[in-house]
Amino acid sequence: MGNKSEDKAVFDTDSANQMVNKLRASFVAGKTKSYEWRVSQLIAMLNMMEESEPQIVSALRDDLSKPELESSIYEIAMLKNSCKLALKEMKHWIKPENAKTSLTTFPSSAEIVSEPLGVVLVISAWNYPFLLSLDPMVGAIAAGNAIVLKPSELAPASSSLLAKLVARYLDGSCIKVVEGAVPQTSALLEQKWDKIFYTGNGRVARIVMAAAAKHLTPVVLELGGKSPVIVDSGIDLKVATRRIIAGKWGCNNGQACISPDYVITTKDYAVKLVDSFKCELEQFYGKNPLESKDLSRIVNPNHFDRLSKLLEEDKVSSKIAHGGQKDETNLKIAPTILLDVPINSLIMKEEIFGPLLPIIMVDKLEESFDVINSCGAKPLAAYLFTNNNKLKEEFVAEVSAGGLVVNDTTVHLAEHNLPFGGVGESGMGSYHGKFSFDAFSHKKAVLYKGFSGDSSLRYPPYTRGKLRLLQALLSGSILRIIRALLGW
Amino acid sequence: MEKSIAELRETFKSGRTKSVSWRKKQLKAFLDLVNENEDSIFKALDQDLGKSPVESYRDELGIVKKSATYSLSCLDKWVAPKKGDLPLLLFPSKAEVIPEPLGVVLIFSAWNFPITLALDPLIGAISAGNTVLLKPSELAPACMSFLIQAIPQYLDNKAIKVIGGGADVGERLLELRWDKIFFTGSPRVGRLVMTAAAKHLTPVTLELGGKCPAIVHNTLSNPSKAKVTAKRIVGAKWGPCTGQACIAIDYVLVEEKSASTLIELLKKCIQRFYGGNLKELNSISRIVNKNQFQRLVNLMKDPHVAASVVYGGSVDEEQLVIEPTILLDPPLDSEIMNEEIFGPLLPIITVKNIEESIEFINSKPNPLVIYAFTEDETFKKRILSDTSSGSVTFNDAMIQFLCDSLPFGGVGQSGFGRYHGKYSFDTFSHEKSVLHRAFYPELEPRYPPWTNFKLMFIKLAYGFDYLGLMLLMLGFRKS
Repeated sequence: MGNKSEDKAVFDTDSANQMVNKLRASFVAGKTKSYEWRVSQLIAMLNMMEESEPQIVSALRDDLSKPELESSIYEIAMLKNSCKLALKEMKHWIKPENAKTSLTTFPSSAEIVSEPLGVVLVISAWNYPFLLSLDPMVGAIAAGNAIVLKPSELAPASSSLLAKLVARYLDGSCIKVVEGAVPQTSALLEQKWDKIFYTGNGRVARIVMAAAAKHLTPVVLELGGKSPVIVDSGIDLKVATRRIIAGKWGCNNGQACISPDYVITTKDYAVKLVDSFKCELEQFYGKNPLESKDLSRIVNPNHFDRLSKLLEEDKVSSKIAHGGQKDETNLKIAPTILLDVPINSLIMKEEIFGPLLPIIMVDKLEESFDVINSCGAKPLAAYLFTNNNKLKEEFVAEVSAGGLVVNDTTVHLAEHNLPFGGVGESGMGSYHGKFSFDAFSHKKAVLYKGFSGDSSLRYPPYTRGKLRLLQALLSGSILRIIRALLGW
Repeated sequence: MEKSIAELRETFKSGRTKSVSWRKKQLKAFLDLVNENEDSIFKALDQDLGKSPVESYRDELGIVKKSATYSLSCLDKWVAPKKGDLPLLLFPSKAEVIPEPLGVVLIFSAWNFPITLALDPLIGAISAGNTVLLKPSELAPACMSFLIQAIPQYLDNKAIKVIGGGADVGERLLELRWDKIFFTGSPRVGRLVMTAAAKHLTPVTLELGGKCPAIVHNTLSNPSKAKVTAKRIVGAKWGPCTGQACIAIDYVLVEEKSASTLIELLKKCIQRFYGGNLKELNSISRIVNKNQFQRLVNLMKDPHVAASVVYGGSVDEEQLVIEPTILLDPPLDSEIMNEEIFGPLLPIITVKNIEESIEFINSKPNPLVIYAFTEDETFKKRILSDTSSGSVTFNDAMIQFLCDSLPFGGVGQSGFGRYHGKYSFDTFSHEKSVLHRAFYPELEPRYPPWTNFKLMFIKLAYGFDYLGLMLLMLGFRKS
C-alpha cells in the first residue's frame, strides 16, 4: 500500500542522479549500441502500439476527449510508420558516410561516423502525449542511446499509460519513464544529459536550455508560435476551407503546434471566406458543434479560462463572426471565427492554441508578409493558399518559419524526408525520419593517414622556401605547387 | 553598441545580405583584405604570440584564404534548394528544403588563432547571408586592432561589424538578442554564453577544448615510421602556437616498453626543429601573456610533477617562453593530468598494454580529437567504436583541420555544433521545409464527420498500402 505512492513522492535530485548513473552504466556497457538491441526495441514499440490501441484511444479520450480517428491516426498510425521507417532504414543511417579528401592532405581517406550521444532526456507535451513522447524516442533508440522520458502531467491518463507500457514492452535497464510535475522535471534537469529533447512552450524552453547550459548539453527545442494562413482569391475556396479546418479544428481542436493560428486575406475576399467556413464547419461538425464527437475538448480549466479571456477582451468580443459558444462543465468551446480583431489585441499577441480563428484583413495580399513579420516571432509553420506563382515565390522567399506549405496545412508533418523543427522563437533543431537519427547522434569525423608522403615543409626550421611551398599547397593549385617545388 | 546592432538588424531586414551576389562580393573583398595585408597580419601575429610567418601562413592566413576560396566556388550549390522525394499518396506535390540566413549573428573568437577563429566562422556567416558582429579576443590585442581597422575598409560595414573591448563588452553583448551565437573558447565561458543565449532561445555553436590524447602503438617498431610518428607528434604539440591550441596533442599514451624509444625520438626531433635549449629556441610561438605563463609554470610546481620532467622545463619569464618540455608519468591526480594543458608541456603516460589507453581516455571528458598512431586495423576499429570525441585522426595530427569535407566540432564537454566547408554554411542557416500541394485530387476521408470507412482509409493510406486502398474503395474490403 505504501510503496507505490512513496516511490512517486520521493523522486528527487538523488533519485534522478541514481537513475542517470544506472542508465549511463548500461550505455557504457554497450547495451544500446548493438544493432540487435535497437531493432528489438523498435519492434517492441511497434507491438506496443498495435496491442494497446484501445487503451491508448481511451486514455486520450480521458485526457482530451480526442476523437478516436485523431488518436488512431496522429498518435498511433504515425508512430507505427516512424518505427517501420527506422527499422527499414537504420542500417543505411548507421553506415559511415565517405568524405572527400583533397590534395592538401594527400594521401588520406576520410569518413564521418555516427555514434550515439549517450543518455538522453525526452520531455514531451500534453497535446499529442503518445506521438511527442515516442516519436523522438524512435530516433534516440535508432541512434543507440539510453533514454529517460518525462511525459506531461497535464495529460495524466496518457502519462500513466505510457509509464506502464514502456515498463512492460521496452528494456527497463536502458529506457525509463519518470512521471510527475515541476519538482520531478527540475530534478531531472539538474542532471548531466548528453542531449535534451524538449517539446512545449517558449517559457519552459528557456528554463530547459539554461539548465542544459550548466552541463554544456546540446538541446532540441520543438516549440510553437502563431502559424499564419494567407488566403488568396481565385482558388478553389471549398477545398482550401476544408484543409484549413482539418488543420485547425481537426488537430486536437486547434491545440497543436502547427495548427493554423490566424488567417490573413483581402478585405474583398473576407466575407466569402467566412461564409465558406460557416458552410464547411456545419458539414463537419453539425449545427451543434459543442455536441460533436469529432472535436477534442480543451485540456483543462486553466486553458479554458485563458481562451475565454481572449474572447472576452474588449474590441474582440464584438468581432465574433461565427461560433463563440462555450460549455464550461465539459470544457468545450465551439469552432469560433473572428473577423478584423485589432492587431494589438491579446488574441493576436500570443499563440492561441485553441479553437479560435481570427481573420485579419489587408488591402493587398502582399501586405500580409508585413503582418506576419511584424508579429515578431518566427512561427513553426506558415501556410498560403493561392494559384499565383509569383505570390508563392515571394511567400517562400520572404516568410521565415520552421516549415511552409502551399495550398494545404499541417500535412508536412507526415513527410519524413522533410526536417521538422522551428527557427527563432519556434525552436531549434529538427527531427522526423533520418533527421531524428541525426538529432540523437554525434557525427564523428575520422581521417586516415598513411606514413608515405611526409614532407619536411610541415616542420621547422621554417624557411622562406617552405613558406612558398605551403602557400602553393594550400591554394590547391598544381601549377603553383610545381613552381614552388622547382624553386620559382 | 545598441545602435550598431540595430543597424545590423535594419540591414538584414532590407534583404541585401540575402542576395548571392552580395555574399560573393563580400567573399571576394575578404580575399583582397587577406592578400593585401599579409605583412600586417604576420606582424600582428608575431606581436601577439611570437608566431613565425610559416606558422602564421599555415595555421591562419592560408586557412582563411582557402576557406573563402572554397566557399566562393561552392556557394551556388549550397544555396540551391534540396529536393525531397514524396510518396504517391501526396501526389501531386513538390517538397524541398531551402536554406535561409538566421539573421544577425554574434561571433566570439579566441586568442590563440586570432585570425582563423575570427574569420573562418565569419566566412560561414557571410556565405549563409547573415549580418555579423565579430568580437575578437582582447588577449590578442594586435590582431584585434588589425581586424577592427581592416574589416570596415574592405567589407560592407553596415552588415559586418567588429567590436573591441574585454570581458565586460562580451557580457553586455550576451544580454542582447541574437539569431545565433558562435563561440570558440573554454568550457567555463561556453556555459556562460549558453546560459545567456537560453534567455532568448538563441541557438549556439560551442567550439571548446579538452585533453586531446595521442595513442602511440605499433608504429615505433619500424625505424622510418617511428621517425615520422615522432615528427608528427612534435609538429602537433609545439607546432601550433606552442601547444596553445584546442586540437594540439595534450598528452601521449604509450606502452611501457616503448616509452624510452619514443622519448628519445621526440627529444631529437625537438632539438632539430626548435633548437637545443631555451636560448636557441626558434620557429616556435611564445606564451600569450603572464597569466597563462604563470598557470603553466604552476602546473610544474608540484614536486612529483617536477620530478617527472625528462626533457626541458626551463622558462624565461621576461620573454614569456617555456621550452618544449616532456614529462614521464606525472601523478594521475595532478592538475597537469586533469585540466587542459594548453601549452608546451607534454606528459607521456605509460600503460602495460596499449588496450588500456581506451579506458584511460574514457575516464576523462570527451576531447575534441583523439589521435592514434597505429597500423592495427582491429585496434583502430576499437578506438572508433569504444571512445567518443569530436573527431579521430589516425597516424597524423592537426592535419584533419585542413579537410573541408570533414565536420569540425566537439561532443560532450568539448562542445557541440560544427563547421568548416559546407558545415560552416549550414551552421549559420535555417533549413526551411517547403511543401507545395495542388488542390486536386481531394481526399474526402481527411474530413469529418468521422466514420469507420474514413478510419480504415487513413490507416491504409498511412501504411502506403495502395492495393488495400483500392480494394477498400472498390468495396472489396470491409471497413
